Amino acid sequence: MQSSQTRTVLALLAVVLVGALGFSYIASIRSAQFAIVQTLNSLALGGLLFLLAAGFSLIFGLMRLANLTHGALFMLGAYIGANIMRSYEGVSLWVAMLGSGILVALMGGVLERFVLRKLSSNSLGQVLVTLGMSFIIADACLIIWGGDPIPVPTPPDLRAPIRLFGYAFPTYRLAVVVLAIVAAVALYLLLERTRLGAMIRAGVDDMAMARAVGIPVSKLFTAVFMLGAGIAGAAGVLGGPIMSAYPGLDADMLPLALIVVILGGVGSLFGAFVGSFIIGFVYTFGTALLPDLAYVILFLPMILVIAFRPQGLFGRIAA
Amino acid sequence: MATDALTISGLHAYYGDSHVLYGVDFALKPSRVLALLGRNGAGKTTCISSIMGLLPPRKGEIKLFGKTVSGLPPETISRMGIGLVPQGRRIFPTLSVRENLIVAAQRQSEGEKPWNLDRIYDLFPRMSERRNQLAGSLSGGEQQMLAIGRALMSNPKVLLLDEPSEGLAPLIVQEVGRTVQRLKDEGQAIILVEQNSQLALEVADQVVILNTGEVAFDGTVEDVRANPDLITQNLGVFHGH
Repeated sequence: MQSSQTRTVLALLAVVLVGALGFSYIASIRSAQFAIVQTLNSLALGGLLFLLAAGFSLIFGLMRLANLTHGALFMLGAYIGANIMRSYEGVSLWVAMLGSGILVALMGGVLERFVLRKLSSNSLGQVLVTLGMSFIIADACLIIWGGDPIPVPTPPDLRAPIRLFGYAFPTYRLAVVVLAIVAAVALYLLLERTRLGAMIRAGVDDMAMARAVGIPVSKLFTAVFMLGAGIAGAAGVLGGPIMSAYPGLDADMLPLALIVVILGGVGSLFGAFVGSFIIGFVYTFGTALLPDLAYVILFLPMILVIAFRPQGLFGRIAA
Repeated sequence: MATDALTISGLHAYYGDSHVLYGVDFALKPSRVLALLGRNGAGKTTCISSIMGLLPPRKGEIKLFGKTVSGLPPETISRMGIGLVPQGRRIFPTLSVRENLIVAAQRQSEGEKPWNLDRIYDLFPRMSERRNQLAGSLSGGEQQMLAIGRALMSNPKVLLLDEPSEGLAPLIVQEVGRTVQRLKDEGQAIILVEQNSQLALEVADQVVILNTGEVAFDGTVEDVRANPDLITQNLGVFHGH
């Protein structure tokens, strides 16, 4: 059993590796600058996807709740951030990110406490409500901010590309990757090195037993939901200079996050991290090189995983 | 007259539509050990789940030192002072030994000698040796000690032990018996569910025997020893020696 699982993982990793090599070969035919830009695009998208998927995965792992509002929270975060920066001259992107993250976290807290809490034993109801909430949020954004995309300015310090070995590297995308990695390390430390994190993992292991030893599971649910929502909101702002805020951003991001989570394994932070960068590369190079087949290339790894390893590359729970 | 540590009155419990407990009554005195015996399916574990709030009772009342706990969620019942060592141990397998203990820590200040990490490590030196090991990789006996340690970390007023000797080697069963005796000597009130009635009778003061969801007997250990038929009739085993 153990060895067959290991073999599946190795086989899948081999597939991914061969795919990546293939892409870089094609890329090398185009031009090195093309390959560099697309690679950084892939990494930046992977970083944003990680911020989205980590919260989604954490919420699912603890609460067994597929929060389909997650894409809408990302978009809402992007709009709020764009709005803050437009309204207050001189506010930096980082401050906007923080403000937007806090606002979206509070909204997530309200959603969990007053809506999802009432449906705690009804998983189908929860899925439908979170889907409905995502439509409501999307329409509210459309009413408030209109149908035209709102650009989010790149921080002035990060506008000029870095020049190395005669090639130009887009600085802001590098910053996104670095921030995503910092967030991943912070989340890892929170989950693996603190008592709060141990309580969350205890809840994932055995919810009833966690309650019986006095872990305040109800508060934990709200905290984790707010954390996931807040990270999604902040990620929306962080992605702003690359993607801007536009109607449909939610629907563009949510399926990618779902694929990441299924690929990496539900409830696994490491799985979300690896899955995000795999999908970042597959999606970016797929749309750049084979635009007609982009979605086939995107969904194929997910189908393979569902067929051969339903718990995902690094997960323990079957999706 | 002192308040009972735990009072159960008229307890009815159901799994879905199936009626499992039919008006169970018994009371546990402070600092005593009550052995809850009965055949498989007699309702012992259901009783424990009801006390802990994992299976909210449909009817009846459960009081901890006079305070009603029935109907409250398990985390509140735990914080009010009931600790559970569940059947099958149910330690958190992906947490380290140390993490299993610290997530359950409560009420540091109460009591003369509150349980904390150091005292649990004193009680079970093996846990100290394995503090950073994942709990899922422990042996059955070690997992049982961890489950007991985890329950003690909440400094419970009443400790529920559900089949602590189940599936363990005889030497380990003896160690579990010694641990229960030591907790009793420290004044811990305990409800002990056991298939191993010999182990239970050695340490208990009071015996309650359940038969198909009703109390068939409630008395002292001496009563049980004086009347061996009780065991043969209600537990369906011959009580040798």
